[in-house]
Amino acid sequence: MKGLAPVFVVVTAMAAVPFLGVSNVTLNFLVVALMIALAGQGWNVLGGYGGQYSFGHAAFFGTGAYVTAVLQVRYGVNAWFAFGLGIAGGALVGAVVGGLTFRSGLRGSYFALVTLAFAEVLRISASVAPITGAGVGTLVKLDLHVAALQFGSRAAFYWMILTLVAMALIVTRLIERSRFGVWLVAVRENEDAATALGVNATAIKLAAMVISGAITAAAGCFYVQYFLFIDSGLAYGTWISIEALLTPIIGGVGTVFGPLLGALVVRGLGEGAQTVTGGNAPGLDLVVYGCALVLIIGFAPRGLIGWLAQWRHRRMRPAALAETGHD
Amino acid sequence: MLSPSILIAAIVNGLLIGAVYALVALGLTLIYGVLHIINFAHGALLTAAMFAAFFGYRMLGIDPYLAVFLLAPAFFAIGYALQRFIIGPASHGDDRNMLLVTLGLAVIIENALLFAFRADTRTIDLPYAFGGLDLGFAFVPWPRLIGFGAVFVVALALWLIMSATDTGRAIRAVAKEKLGAELAGIDVAHIYAVTFGLGSACVAIAASLLIPSYYVNPTAGNAFVLVAFTIVVLGGMGSVPGALIGGLLIGVVENLCSLLFGESLGQIGIFVLFIVVLLVRPSGLFGARA
Repeated sequence: MKGLAPVFVVVTAMAAVPFLGVSNVTLNFLVVALMIALAGQGWNVLGGYGGQYSFGHAAFFGTGAYVTAVLQVRYGVNAWFAFGLGIAGGALVGAVVGGLTFRSGLRGSYFALVTLAFAEVLRISASVAPITGAGVGTLVKLDLHVAALQFGSRAAFYWMILTLVAMALIVTRLIERSRFGVWLVAVRENEDAATALGVNATAIKLAAMVISGAITAAAGCFYVQYFLFIDSGLAYGTWISIEALLTPIIGGVGTVFGPLLGALVVRGLGEGAQTVTGGNAPGLDLVVYGCALVLIIGFAPRGLIGWLAQWRHRRMRPAALAETGHD
Repeated sequence: MLSPSILIAAIVNGLLIGAVYALVALGLTLIYGVLHIINFAHGALLTAAMFAAFFGYRMLGIDPYLAVFLLAPAFFAIGYALQRFIIGPASHGDDRNMLLVTLGLAVIIENALLFAFRADTRTIDLPYAFGGLDLGFAFVPWPRLIGFGAVFVVALALWLIMSATDTGRAIRAVAKEKLGAELAGIDVAHIYAVTFGLGSACVAIAASLLIPSYYVNPTAGNAFVLVAFTIVVLGGMGSVPGALIGGLLIGVVENLCSLLFGESLGQIGIFVLFIVVLLVRPSGLFGARA
C-alpha cells in the first residue's frame, strides 16, 4: 500500500467536514463538486495519463445515470444493483467507443470529434426513445432507505460520494504506479515510439477508456440517486463533457489529485460569480470556467498542482534555478 | 407514398440550406488545413456574428445583406486577434492545448451572449424575405436563393486569394510544410492568424445570409457547426471543394431524412454518417491523405 498515504490523509480530512457544523448549502456544494471531481477523475485516466482528449465524456456519465434510473423505475431492480450495472454500462460504452475509434487509429482532433459525436447520438436517441422517458425524462421515486440507496441527510450523501472519489483516487494511484500506467504514459508521450518498443498502444488505450468510462459513469449513477431525476440534456449534454475535462486540466492533468482540486476550485469560482451577481446571471459561471481554462493552459499548462510544485521548487532552490533558467 | 414533386422540393431545399452549411464548413476546413486543429469556437463565432447582424438591423437599420461588407472585415479582425493574441500564445504550439483553448473560447463567447441577451430567441422580418422564385416544381424563397449564390461568390473569392496573392501562397506554403515556410522567411504566427481571420470572415458572411430566414439565440450557431464538422470530415479535412460538395450533399441528406423519418432522426442520420465516415475513411470521401 505504499504511496497511498496522501490519499488516506486527504480523504480522512475531508470525511471530517460534516462534523464541523457546516450548513446544508455548503454540504450540497461539496457533494456536487465531488460528483464533478469523480467525472473528471474518469476523464483524467484517459486524457491525463493516456493523452486522449475526449470531448464527449457525457456518453459515460449519461449511460451510468440512465441505466441506474431506468432499471429501478421500469424493472424494479434494487438501487445498489442498478448502481453497479450503471458503472458496468459506462465501461461497456467505453469498450465500444474505444474499440471502434482506436482501431481506426483516430487521434487528436479526430478523437475529440468522434467522442463528441457519440455523446450527441446518445443525447438525441435518449430524447426520443420511450424507455428513457423521451423528452419528459425519468423520475426516481423518493424512498429514503439505505436499501434504496437514498439518504435523508446530506452528510450521508457526502460520505457516499467521498467514498466513490476515494476509490477513484486509489485506482488512479495504483494505475500510476503500475506497469500499465507506465505504458499508458509512454503512449501519451509518443505513441509511435511506444509501439516500436513493443507496447500494444491500441489495447492500452482501450483499457484506459474502459476504466475511464466506468469511473465517469459512477458520477452519473450518483447524480440520479442524489437528484432523483434525469433527462437527455442533463445526462448527455455538453455541460458534463466540458466539466469532466475542465476539472483535471485546471487542477493538474495526469496527477492523482488534479481533478479533485480542480473541481473544488472551478465550482468555487462558479459559485462565487453567481453570489456576486445575486444569482441572476445565467451563463456567468460558465464564462468564468472558460476564462479559467484558457488562463490555465496559457500560464500553467500543468494545472494548479504543477504550478504549486513549480512555485515551491523555485522558493526552495532559487540559486540552482538562476543557473538553469526556468524549469 | 411520397410524390416526386415533394421529393424534388426537398432536394432543392436541401441544396439551398446545404450551401450555407458549406460556407460554415469552408471556414472550418480552411483553419484545419493550415493549423491542423478543429476550431471548436467556430459555432460560438457564428452565433456572435448572427447577433451582430440582428442588432445591426434592429438598432441601426442595416440590411443584413449589406451588413456582410461590415461584418466580414470585422470578424476577420476578431479572428486574427483571437489566434494571434490568445490561441497561439496560450497553446505553446501543442495541438491538444489549441483544441482546449478554442473550446474554452467557445464556452466564454456562448455564455457571454447568454449573459448579455438571455436565452430569448429573436428573429427579424425583412419585407422581401417571404417572396421568392416559383420554379413550378418548387418555391424558392429569396433569402435561400441569395445565400446559394453568395456561397459560390465566396468560394471563388477564396480561391482567388489562395492562388493569386502572396498571402495566399504563404498560407499554402505553411499548410504544406510549416518548418520549411518558416525557414523561407514566412511569419508563421501571422499566417496562422490570417487563416483564422479568413475562417471567421466566412462565418460572418454565413451569419448575414442566415439571419433573414433563421432565428438567433445564444446556441443557434451550434446546430450548424455540428453539421459543419460532418461536412469537413466527409469532404476531407482541409479540402475546399470537398467542403462545398459535402455541404450540398449533407443539406440534401438531412432534408430527405427529415422528410422520411422525422426531424430528430434526420439529425441522428447526420451523426451516424459522420461517425461511419470517420471510422472507415477518416481522410474523407474526397481527401487524399489521412
